[in-house]
Amino acid sequence: MLTVSGLTVAFGRVTALDRIDLEVATGEVVAILGPSGCGKSTLLRSVAGLQPLDAGEVRWDGEDLAGLPVHRRDFGLMFQEHALFSHRDVAANVAFGLRMQKMDAPGRRRRVREVLGLVGLAGFEEREIATLSGGEAQRVALARSLAPEPRLLMLDEPLGSLDRPRRDELTEELRTLLRRVGVTVLHVTHDHDEAFAVADRVAVMQSGRIARIGAPADIWHDPRHAGVARFLGHPNVVTVGDDGAVPWGRLAAPAGPAVLRADAFRRAGSPAGEDGSVVTGVVADVRFRGDRFELTLRTDPGDFELLVRDPHPAAAADRLSYIIDPTRIASLDS
Amino acid sequence: MPADRLLRGLAGALPVVAVGGFMALFFAWPIGGVIARGLGGTGPAAVLGDVLGSGSQRSVIWFTLWQAAVSTALTVAVALPAAGAMARLRFRGQRLVRALATVPFVLPTVVVAAAFEGLFDRFGLAGGGAVSLRHTVWAILMAHVFFNYAVVLRTVGAHWAALDARVEDQARVLGASRLEVFRRVVLPRLSPSIAAASAIVFLFSFTSFGVVLVLGGPTRATIETEIYRYAVVRLDLATAAGLAVVQLVAVVALVAVSNALERRRAVAEPVSSPAAAPRRRGPGLVANLGLMAVILGLPVAVLVERSLAAGRGGGYTLRNYTAMADRVNLLPDTALAALGNSLMFAAPAAALALAVGGAATLVVVRAGRGASRRIGRVFDIGLTLPLGTSAVTVGLGFLLVLNRPPIDIRTSLLVVPIAHAVVGIPFVVRTLVPMLRTVNPRTREAASVLGASPRRVRREVDLRVAARGVAVGAGFAFAVSLGEFGATSFIPRRPETLTAPLALFRLLGTPGEALRGQAMALAVALMALTAVAVFVMDLWGDTRRGVF
Amino acid sequence: MDRPPAPIPIHPGAPRRMIRPWLRAVAVVAVVLALIAAACSGDRVDSSAEDLSGTTVTLLTHDSFYVSPETFEAFTLQTGIEVEQLASGDAGALVAQACLTAGEPLGDVLFGIDNTFLQRGLDCAMFDPYESPGLAGVPDHFELDPEHRVTPVDFGDVCLNYWVEAFGDSLPPPSSLDDLTDPAYAGMLVVQSPETSSPGLAFLLATIARYGDGWERYWAALRDNGVAVTAGWEDAYYGEFAAGGGDRPIVVSYASSPPAEVIYSDPPVDEPPTGVVTASCYRQIEFAGVLAGAGNPGGAAALIDFMLTETFQNDVPLNMFVFPVIESATLPPEFVAHAQIAEDPFMLEPAEVETQRNAWTDRWVEIVLR
Repeated sequence: MLTVSGLTVAFGRVTALDRIDLEVATGEVVAILGPSGCGKSTLLRSVAGLQPLDAGEVRWDGEDLAGLPVHRRDFGLMFQEHALFSHRDVAANVAFGLRMQKMDAPGRRRRVREVLGLVGLAGFEEREIATLSGGEAQRVALARSLAPEPRLLMLDEPLGSLDRPRRDELTEELRTLLRRVGVTVLHVTHDHDEAFAVADRVAVMQSGRIARIGAPADIWHDPRHAGVARFLGHPNVVTVGDDGAVPWGRLAAPAGPAVLRADAFRRAGSPAGEDGSVVTGVVADVRFRGDRFELTLRTDPGDFELLVRDPHPAAAADRLSYIIDPTRIASLDS
Repeated sequence: MPADRLLRGLAGALPVVAVGGFMALFFAWPIGGVIARGLGGTGPAAVLGDVLGSGSQRSVIWFTLWQAAVSTALTVAVALPAAGAMARLRFRGQRLVRALATVPFVLPTVVVAAAFEGLFDRFGLAGGGAVSLRHTVWAILMAHVFFNYAVVLRTVGAHWAALDARVEDQARVLGASRLEVFRRVVLPRLSPSIAAASAIVFLFSFTSFGVVLVLGGPTRATIETEIYRYAVVRLDLATAAGLAVVQLVAVVALVAVSNALERRRAVAEPVSSPAAAPRRRGPGLVANLGLMAVILGLPVAVLVERSLAAGRGGGYTLRNYTAMADRVNLLPDTALAALGNSLMFAAPAAALALAVGGAATLVVVRAGRGASRRIGRVFDIGLTLPLGTSAVTVGLGFLLVLNRPPIDIRTSLLVVPIAHAVVGIPFVVRTLVPMLRTVNPRTREAASVLGASPRRVRREVDLRVAARGVAVGAGFAFAVSLGEFGATSFIPRRPETLTAPLALFRLLGTPGEALRGQAMALAVALMALTAVAVFVMDLWGDTRRGVF
Repeated sequence: MDRPPAPIPIHPGAPRRMIRPWLRAVAVVAVVLALIAAACSGDRVDSSAEDLSGTTVTLLTHDSFYVSPETFEAFTLQTGIEVEQLASGDAGALVAQACLTAGEPLGDVLFGIDNTFLQRGLDCAMFDPYESPGLAGVPDHFELDPEHRVTPVDFGDVCLNYWVEAFGDSLPPPSSLDDLTDPAYAGMLVVQSPETSSPGLAFLLATIARYGDGWERYWAALRDNGVAVTAGWEDAYYGEFAAGGGDRPIVVSYASSPPAEVIYSDPPVDEPPTGVVTASCYRQIEFAGVLAGAGNPGGAAALIDFMLTETFQNDVPLNMFVFPVIESATLPPEFVAHAQIAEDPFMLEPAEVETQRNAWTDRWVEIVLR
């Protein structure tokens, strides 16, 4: 089990990591989710031992790792840029960690074949790194990190450089793979879909701190912080008055800050009935998203901008009413 | 774990101590000894005042500087396109061309001078015609280009090959012409190795001795020839030491500037970005090879022809080569045995240069902040100085200071390879430092996370990336040792340890066509030996890159 | 990158010394003072006292020194003393090194200091006196140091050489230094700079010995007659002189150059293609001496004795292209046939050379090169 406590790293006057506390149970997959520059990568590098700590400690099964150099930690780290050894072929890349473990050549060959099969690159042993596509390079990097069976596997934006469909596909593969291997994982990403798909628990980082940690569904339903909510794609943060007052009228929600998820709106007049709060406004902007439309609705009254997801078409300047689903409103910590 | 930490600290300090100790003992101390002895009499201020106050000395200093600068500029201008062709194109016999380009390096200057004068004769430039190059500064510059071409070709070429070619393709797609790509995309990334190669070429031209005297004629003098004249001919050690100080100051200033340039411009290449597969052929290949054939090939061809000439009788023969197996009276051994001796000195000299230079490179490249950074800078500059220091100063210094037990090694057999290694080390450092600076730190970290200890990382990542650089550096160290004359002749040796360049001088020092023919054959054999050795080292360097 | 080559001195004959009267007076005073000093000195080397068998004597030489292995084997057989040789640089470098390490020498005996550098070596106090019994067989005029700090071992002459084919009935080869200023010989001579070359310096000294204070006028005339100057011997001999394909038929070289041209000819020839102007020669005598502070002074003395034996002296000509100093030595046939020994070569006192050399060469540079 990985235990991080009070971890602090500063670069000059900028605090990259601010008193981070985090636990990852053996076999658990934890995703660190956050915008670029929030300190995710620094967290991984600190755990790996590549980054000297200014304060705090990193423990594995209770043992302080402070004196243990990088190469003896038995952790795996897959870099965002993959950092493959470009002057060696695929097999040599994957076998590198095994050689460091002094595994014999037949054993290495067997394990390389096995791991390459696992990541879907069977038969790629002799390929030169120069000839790999982005997705293939990513899998080789993953295979290289997995091969030595590290006690903790850290993935830094492993799918970062891929196009959307490949990304979705590989996210799924990665999820299955990590479950199958049963390895303990710390997975850094800026993509919440990826984080939710892969992780048992998600920690949302903001400016060097963990703002929210929990199961993916908990975080989705109960982001607690406006910043977390916004990062998850829900910018509709309003302050609810004592009597439920909001700029456009009333809302069936407790007083204090609250977030209205973008999928909380149903076009009024549709068959579902009209038992929730209602908001009316003018469409300021429409964006087509394939299976839905995303509108910016300027409320009237109140002149408040809401992001609304709607399966039905709409046009700019339309005047529309929406019923707000109270179960998709979450109160935020003030 | 304080013991553990102490141990690791010691391991980190070991290369610093070893390299620093080596250079202090075999370079700084001897040089310091000579200068102290020379300046001790009348005091440094008076001597330096005399040297700098004299108009003729000032003009010597000025000539030394400008001819070195022009030689460097010319060499870079001529060899840079060829370095690009060698880095970006693949053609048959490429490795051979690369190895052959190194051979001028081992040629003693009398031989080179003979080759150039032969060329001037053949093209009617030796005087009598409208244009005469004999005893002109042009002859000096041409010879310096000839000598140093390989330095730029190989150091810059090795670095160039390690750069990501796709960036250049990208720029082409963005609408840049070939020239613009070179200027805006290649040159900035290449400037560290160009700075490094220029520094070497400058220092070599700066301390040029035989070329200046023989090709430049008796009216031209450089600081180097003046040091020799004052220290040896006039036994005026004070003036010699004053000039040595001036030389040292100029060299330190130059190297400091060049290193700063090299460091500032060094950019790590993106990870996972091997150069695109090289093209088979490209424009300019023929032009470059043609130019190379003229610059390097013609003088060498003159020597080969002379080595085959059957004396004054005319016609051609292999007699001069077969004669190398027989001892002539003037020499303690056969010319062939002298070649063998040269090899015996060059191998340990190159190994020593590689060991010390390699350790020094790590210190320089890894220098972090504070003290380690300062040490790195000092090493970076200090290790290049031997190239810019007069062989006379070093030779006399060895005699002066290395004379008390337990290090009375003045007459030891080790002195020769050590002296050669001191000159070879700058080549190793100046080739490796720019190459290792292109290694992305992520790649090292990746290896480290995968369980490679720091030492293992050096072997598995740095050495592989720099394998060609190691080969290039070792090749130069080897060639420098094979061809070294000045310091070797100054070190007291047993006659049976005669080296090939020394034998060559003895053969050329007595009249007789047979001796001259054998000298030419020996020069050609020396070149062939160098080409083979460099070829083998390149082969090693190239295979190390791809192999598991 | 390279040093100029080690000069090889060469040549023979009873020298007529060009010594001015006042110098003779100075020399007499010097001898007297030296004898007094020597009498007070306890450093005199004695070779016969102890058993030196099993010891090693170290011989320092310039790079051009070489004798057959059998020669030193004979010495070891006679005395039981092993000889270790250490060679470095040219004669100038050798003396410079020995001067710097005077008192802490690298060896026991130094061989290869010639009369142009002799005074410098004596001034450095690098030698201990030793008078070898072998000197009995050496003509007196070879002994330049009355204190016997150095012992003459061989000699050679620096002389003008000419390319035989270039001369004939219409124009005979030059027969004197005077001839060289004759317009008939315009553009024919190549010399080496005395600043960087040992034969170049010797030739300058020859002209000074010949013309005295008029030497500057002589060189101005040579300059006006188109003399060419190179830095070193190779460049002159193989670059400008006809032997290497150059177009100048007169060069400053050695009296032993013609025999070398025969011995190392290709294809073989009976007569050398070059000749010597015997009236232009400057004598260079090479000396050996026991180094002050030598570890094995007895062995050093024995080696110097050996250098004056026929075994050593007969071996010298073909290995170093110089001439033996003892009268009983036998010259090899090539030398007998082709070497011409000047009957009255030029020479200057070592002390005068030492004090004047820099002034002379500075002046020479101004006259000839500027």
